[in-house]
Amino acid sequence: MKPRFVGQPIKRKEDPRLVTGASAYVDDIVLPGMLHMAVARSIHAHARIKSIDTSRASKLPGVRAVVTGEEIAANCGQLPAAGDIKNMKRPVHHPLAVGKVRFVGEPIAAVLATDAYVARDAAELIQIDYEELPAVTNPEKAVQQGSPILHEEFSDNVAYSFGWENGNTEDGFSKADTVVKQRFINQRLAPVSMEPRGVIAAIRMPENELVVWSSTQVPHLLKTQLGLMLGIPENRMRVIAPEVGGGFGSKLNVYAEEALVGYLAKKVGQPVKWIESRRENMAGTIHGRDQINDVELALKKDGTILAMKLKVIADIGAYYQLLTAIIPTLTGLLAPGAYRVPALKFDLVAAFTNKMATDAYRGAGRPEATYLIERIIDIAARKLGMDPVDIRRKNFPKPAEFPFQTSGGVFYDSANYEKALDRALEVADYKGLRKKQAELRKQGKYMGIGFSSYVEICAMGPSIAMASGGWESGTVRIEPTGTVTVSTGASPHGQGQETSFAQIAADELGIDMENVTVLHGDTARTPYGIGTFGSRATAVGGTAMYLALQDLKEKMKKFAAHMLETTPGNIEFEVGKLVMTGTARSVSFMDVVTSAYVAKKLPPGVEPGLEATRFFEPSNFTFPFGTHICVVEIDEETGEPKVVKYVAVDDCGNVINPLLVEGQVHGGIVQGISQALYEEVVYDENGQLLSGTLMDYAVPRAHDFPMFELERTVTPSPVNPMGIKGAGEAGTIGSTPSVVNAVVDALAPLGVTHIDMPLRPEKIWKILKLGRAS
Amino acid sequence: MDVKITINGKLYEKDIEPRLLLTHFIRDAAGLTGTHVGCETSICGACTVLAGGLAVKSCTMFAVQANGAEILTIEGMAREGEMHPLQESFWEEHGLQCGFCTPGMIMTCHQLLTRNPSPDETQIRGALDGNLCRCTGYQNIVKAVQSAAGKMKHRRGAAAGD
Amino acid sequence: MIAQQFDYTVAASVAEAVALLQKHGDRARILAGGHSLIPMMKLRLAMPEMLIDIGRITELSYIKEESSYVQIGALTTHHAIESSVIVQRRCPALSEAAGLIGDIQVRNKGTIGGSIAHADPAADYPASILAFDAVVITIGPKGERQIPASQFFLDLMTTALEPNEIVRAINVPTRTGRSASAYVKMAQKASGFAICGASAVVELDASGALAHAAIGVTGVGNRAFRATETEKALHGRKPTAELLRAACEKAAGGVSALDDIHASAEYRLDLVRIFARRALEKAIERAGN
Ligand SMILES: Cc1cc2nc3c(=O)[nH]c(=O)nc-3n(C[C@H](O)[C@H](O)[C@H](O)COP(=O)(O)OP(=O)(O)OC[C@H]3O[C@@H](n4cnc5c(N)ncnc54)[C@H](O)[C@@H]3O)c2cc1C
Ligand code: FES
Ligand code: FES
Repeated sequence: MKPRFVGQPIKRKEDPRLVTGASAYVDDIVLPGMLHMAVARSIHAHARIKSIDTSRASKLPGVRAVVTGEEIAANCGQLPAAGDIKNMKRPVHHPLAVGKVRFVGEPIAAVLATDAYVARDAAELIQIDYEELPAVTNPEKAVQQGSPILHEEFSDNVAYSFGWENGNTEDGFSKADTVVKQRFINQRLAPVSMEPRGVIAAIRMPENELVVWSSTQVPHLLKTQLGLMLGIPENRMRVIAPEVGGGFGSKLNVYAEEALVGYLAKKVGQPVKWIESRRENMAGTIHGRDQINDVELALKKDGTILAMKLKVIADIGAYYQLLTAIIPTLTGLLAPGAYRVPALKFDLVAAFTNKMATDAYRGAGRPEATYLIERIIDIAARKLGMDPVDIRRKNFPKPAEFPFQTSGGVFYDSANYEKALDRALEVADYKGLRKKQAELRKQGKYMGIGFSSYVEICAMGPSIAMASGGWESGTVRIEPTGTVTVSTGASPHGQGQETSFAQIAADELGIDMENVTVLHGDTARTPYGIGTFGSRATAVGGTAMYLALQDLKEKMKKFAAHMLETTPGNIEFEVGKLVMTGTARSVSFMDVVTSAYVAKKLPPGVEPGLEATRFFEPSNFTFPFGTHICVVEIDEETGEPKVVKYVAVDDCGNVINPLLVEGQVHGGIVQGISQALYEEVVYDENGQLLSGTLMDYAVPRAHDFPMFELERTVTPSPVNPMGIKGAGEAGTIGSTPSVVNAVVDALAPLGVTHIDMPLRPEKIWKILKLGRAS
Repeated sequence: MDVKITINGKLYEKDIEPRLLLTHFIRDAAGLTGTHVGCETSICGACTVLAGGLAVKSCTMFAVQANGAEILTIEGMAREGEMHPLQESFWEEHGLQCGFCTPGMIMTCHQLLTRNPSPDETQIRGALDGNLCRCTGYQNIVKAVQSAAGKMKHRRGAAAGD
Repeated sequence: MIAQQFDYTVAASVAEAVALLQKHGDRARILAGGHSLIPMMKLRLAMPEMLIDIGRITELSYIKEESSYVQIGALTTHHAIESSVIVQRRCPALSEAAGLIGDIQVRNKGTIGGSIAHADPAADYPASILAFDAVVITIGPKGERQIPASQFFLDLMTTALEPNEIVRAINVPTRTGRSASAYVKMAQKASGFAICGASAVVELDASGALAHAAIGVTGVGNRAFRATETEKALHGRKPTAELLRAACEKAAGGVSALDDIHASAEYRLDLVRIFARRALEKAIERAGN
């Protein structure tokens, strides 16, 4: 049967409710008797809490409860943090601070009131008396002796150190004709999903069950962890991720507020809601990146890479959130990028500082890796007098070499890097661009062309590599009336799996997409699962569903064979029916469904009903790849860079719905360009957050970008039966280095080899000014 | 204070605190939750509605300021079950992912197209200065507006030809 | 987030607004478009106990063309100024400034009177208000005052307005002959406010020399200022590229510049030179046509 839906740009099933305002995000849910929580937070980066006076807040009419750290510490577990890194220091992390605060925005007290306005008023009335302590915000200083110590139970601020070596790095360096070195700073970013976080919790009878609605990417995991924190048996917990307004990793977590809302709902016996403000979001939702990467690359004269040394200092903030400790370790895995790097030495030190925790932000560990390899290879090309295209081509492994083991310690599944590069060169008209650049340079104008031939790790992933498992689940039920209900353990929040999963199911079963409903995000309606992040929902979650569909198809074939008096091997699915191969004989899909449910004539050994659940454990990650080419022009007076052309050729394996993939790539490119040019979380040296609102933290706007030119190559992944690699993060990972490479290329005539992100106009202006002066 | 505010043609009369934001009046008092809140510094535009025909950020108005006004929200865009061309085009062009910014986007684009029925790409991008989207990269939103402009022109043409 | 509680009253006329201000004294603040005040109240950076809403006084929203000036009522919105044919023709710098403020939604609500009274150092209008030598017409218990722009902006968010006074209108004198104006700006990436904005008003004589050149600069210092040295260097001379470049070297005068995470003082000062020249070039080109 030829696919009717898979591969087609099909309009999303989820959109009608979203474009009409009919959908319900957490804040749109109202329960009878619902109370509102507001949180009082630290205004200091590092301070001892001398006293907390809640009396004025408690007396405010409408206030139902005020809780502080001690009460919560006594009744509620600590926030979970994954990672089993040797020597990892694990600080105490209560939902509300006890005794001390360690970053601006740390929750100190929570207020419960009948109305959100009153709750806010009451939170403002809580008086906290602090003894300020010196803060440390520079990770290199933080790990030095004599630095203020965040967690007094430890002797220093080294959260952990970690490292490994694959191949013989020293040997590579000793044989090198040339060595290039550079320090790259991968700045701190705020994920800024447009919907801030939000949580509602309510005890529901008759099960005496705690139901939690949370704007989360991981409802099942949240259910398990909240149950543990609140001491509620997991079978009396239910978590629902309703409509979720973006996550980008920031909602892949277990947050203090989720525990507080749950605790308070239990305590007062009424539903409790908390909606994060944007200011809280900027200060108290995880940040991303914040690594310093010292890179050394050893090469032969002809550009062949021999070895690489990578030292990472990760500024992880004051505490671990769920994946804080793990993210920086991923940087090593992908540091070789799309190249043959025979030896790699990776050293990592993670430092506690007086800032919010870093954690998974779109790309999570991999953008850092891609950035450093794509930058250093450009620096090497310049030093060797090579074209950036040639040095890349020289070091790509060839398609026949896949699966390709890298010195990052992973096996790349499948790729044809050169093909994507060549296509990008063609689409961008590379030769023409270089010609134009030469002309502009003669006129004293600055234009640059930047490349990034990235690889990324997707479809997270085999369980061995993931703290809480890397599989995913899917249940398919064909209802007695022939409609199909798919429920997935993944938890999409914008990615469109209600559509793409329906495309797959409809094609597999030969039915119409309207007859498929995809359920997700509710632990009571879906099989236990891992969630949506790491570009895994389709490649891993979709595969689980695909396997369940195969089970059902096998079973339906048995019924059909029984009805047609043949063997199941002779039955094929066609649209609306099951056909006996090579004959005109068939039974309708509906008749088979009916016979499975009425169960009057069961084939021998076959159970009634049509429902299957499968758990898919992938054997490996997938490794999408591609080449991005960015062209920038720089205002030679003010230093303002502008992206004037952007070409992206991505390969994410087989594609279920090109519309969705394109959308993911567009969004990713914008986030990546924005890291390169605009975004930065800024703390001053006292740990005050200077970029705490959208008036100071630059989320890019429509006018910042040209139309992107997208193309795809298709190299199916062997890791899953549908050959999907995943597309959620490619844009972000690929784009950042191409932009920085372009700006550096533009300024190369001035002798510039590197500028740290974000490439604010002022930084470029300084270079131009010095250039003019000399 | 007593206010009378008409939202999508329906009159809501309430006794409210002066500090109640229009956005909360719409969401809580009128129960129309398609209008979203994404910030408190008037930047994100998720709360955009039309007040007296003007696109405004409903988080940057007190409800009392809208006393007597006519408000149009995303819920009022579809007519008799038929989507507004902008809604259709956002859907067709994949101009949304998580959908959180979408209602505000559509209301701003509505204002743009009433003022300028055939905007070019630069004008569309400029008109979106007050609406942030973190998912789509804006490209398909631009396409959606272009497509909606075409549809609306076509419909007007058809109506004029009747 | 959520503003502190306050009382609210609507003023039906200018006279009533003045009377209410006088009655409630320090407790009260005028509410016009609300697009500076409400964000501050939501962050509890402003906590007035009472708001006097002048937003419904329709007679304060107008653009009136006279032979030697254009008068703009205090409640005229940025959008009305941006799209007014009169303003576009007679004082294009002002309409450009209006069009570069925030976004469509902000321009639909925010008013010129509110912007001027608020005197944000990064606001767009003040550059043009100064460059045009505009006059701010205020009204208070003691009646009307006409405050020249040069005496209006005193410091960071501080103006020559008396506590009980409100801005009623702005008179923007315009020139006849070969004159024009222009406004250019570098916006702060996140907020859209000016990191540096420059407004130039020029008039060319029959020989093509600059009979008049005025440059206002905003976003750079605690308050907007005039680039007087540049103006002097230009006066009576033919605006060659060379001259403009040289004259604008001194555009920042001795002003002490703001310094924040978005731009250092040094950068802002250099931008003054660049944007003053760009504004002049644009205005001169317009005047020449
Ligand atoms: C997201 C956003 C972006 C913005 N971007 C820009 C920008 O790029 N450039 C820019 O210049 N501005 C910008 N603004 C500010 C905007 O222009 C405001 O509209 C303006 O500064 C204030 O005008 P208003 O009518 O809203 O005044 P209000 O907020 O109502 O009042 C501001 C202050 O002035 C007083 N006041 C108001 N009217 C009068 C009067 N007639 N007489 C006496 N006192 C009065 C009030 O009491 C208050 O103290 C932005 C605002 C927002 C929310
Ligand atoms: S909620 Fe962000 S602008 Fe209104
Ligand atoms: S679709 Fe998610 S913010 Fe726009």
